[in-house]
Amino acid sequence: MEPRDRIRQLLTEQFSGSVIKEENFRNEQTFFVKPDAILDICQALLEDAELKVDYLADLTSVDWLGHEERMGGRFEVVYNLYSISTHYRFFIKVMLPADKPEISSVTAVWPGANWMEREVYDLMGIVFTGHPDLKRILTPDGFEGYPLRRDYPLTYEVPQFSWNKNDPPEVIT
Amino acid sequence: MPERRTVTINMGPQHPATHGVLRVELELEGETVVRAEPVVGYLHTGIEKTMESKLYYKALPCTDRMDYLAPMSNNLVYCLAVEKLLDIDVPEKVKWARVCLAELTRINSHLVQLGTHAMDIGAQSMFMYSFREREAIVDVYEACGGQRMMTSYIRIGGLAEDLPKDFDKRVRNIIKTFPDKLRDYEALLTDNEIFINRTKGVAVISAEDAIAWPLLRGSGVRHDLRKDNPYSGYEKFEFDVPVGEHGDAYDRYKLRLEEIRQALRICQQVVDGIPEGPYRAHVPGIVLPPKEDVLHKMESLIFHFKIITDGFCPPIGEVYQGIESPKGEIGIYVASDGTNKPRRVRVRPPSFINLASLPLLAEGRLVPDVVVAIGSIDPVLGEVDRFSTSSRLQP
Repeated sequence: MEPRDRIRQLLTEQFSGSVIKEENFRNEQTFFVKPDAILDICQALLEDAELKVDYLADLTSVDWLGHEERMGGRFEVVYNLYSISTHYRFFIKVMLPADKPEISSVTAVWPGANWMEREVYDLMGIVFTGHPDLKRILTPDGFEGYPLRRDYPLTYEVPQFSWNKNDPPEVIT
Repeated sequence: MPERRTVTINMGPQHPATHGVLRVELELEGETVVRAEPVVGYLHTGIEKTMESKLYYKALPCTDRMDYLAPMSNNLVYCLAVEKLLDIDVPEKVKWARVCLAELTRINSHLVQLGTHAMDIGAQSMFMYSFREREAIVDVYEACGGQRMMTSYIRIGGLAEDLPKDFDKRVRNIIKTFPDKLRDYEALLTDNEIFINRTKGVAVISAEDAIAWPLLRGSGVRHDLRKDNPYSGYEKFEFDVPVGEHGDAYDRYKLRLEEIRQALRICQQVVDGIPEGPYRAHVPGIVLPPKEDVLHKMESLIFHFKIITDGFCPPIGEVYQGIESPKGEIGIYVASDGTNKPRRVRVRPPSFINLASLPLLAEGRLVPDVVVAIGSIDPVLGEVDRFSTSSRLQP
């Protein structure tokens, strides 16, 4: 069976209640799933003898501020999955609400997710429960805010460090 | 029994062997590393955030500045991702030229890695040789786009300008002279007892761990996107994918030499068979018309003006394109919300993701082996810290 069909079969048979929809944009197979099922789905994909999704190529997030209704949530977490034996790439996506962006960590399934999840947490503020060491990675210690969110300003930005934390913001024109 | 005591020291961020501003927190027991934790984020580039605020084609120069040793690969992956989003195809000649430039970039990046890695271990002269050879490649860049490092030569829908007239001659010259140089490198390093002692059996990663913490080919995992998911016409070229056996630093060194040979093989095939044709796709309103048309044709002038001022609006959607960069899989994930600026550009950074495996390579070894481990991972910190927050960005 083609990997494409096998994934669809696996997800619809085992996780019929958790799969929201399938999309094929530019020939990239994408499944939107419910956040609470992500760990089980990833585990099943890894263990499936035919698929062997052993390689988490990337884990990232998109802030859909202003498009929540169309997307079904503000934060989108994207799992870019790849199988080294079948060379097939597909995507699992999860939409998270703006007020409490929280999802289970997949570090237990793919240890390499460690830094990727830390980066998403650092820049987008999505909390990965069960992560062994969830702390900021790219921004300086004591930084406040999540810079990759769309409501974090790009211009007039005052970088926060410990030495200027209480200074009034400097306006740059 | 004496008390077990450890000492924590900082290696970096200003340390010649960390190839940039990488800090590694080492917990030592005597000279043995008990815990190694890489600390990153010292370069405040803000590339991903900046790209969100630029028109699609204006975000391109940001990609040069991530992995500054492989600018063409970065340009290529961004252009391929946006072309996929727009669903446009480029002329055959452009594909061939892009393949050649990407392979030259691979040689360029591997040469710097070889030189700096050997220098970290103490083989000073290798650095001089590899940088001398690298000149020929940056000269090709300069002849193409006018820039030696930040090329921005590969553009959405084609190339910035036509290939230079002596492109063929320059590349052939590189292909002709390189095998001798590679023999020199092998004489300097491959059978060098000091080099072997410093790298063999050091910084080992098993194939299983390598899949989890992607350092693949050195550990014998045959994963190469050029073969497995060909892009830009790689399926037309013949080349082998070398793999290592033991997953140690020595294997990764030999692998890089072999990859240089394979890259030369691909370049040879390109210069032998590159077809004639336009250097840009004809997609009005998205790809800039050729400059000569802009000067003489009204319609081209209008399109030129429209693209420069307004850009273009791709359809709503999200695409990912991964390519095999010198350091591993580099990928660009573009999310479009239908406006003329990307909603999100995510770079899958090979250096960042490979660097996460450093604790695995270094723990339980001696301090000098950490230097070998970092050198053999070959991180470029511009790519590792491609986010961080930037200070005071101008609008």
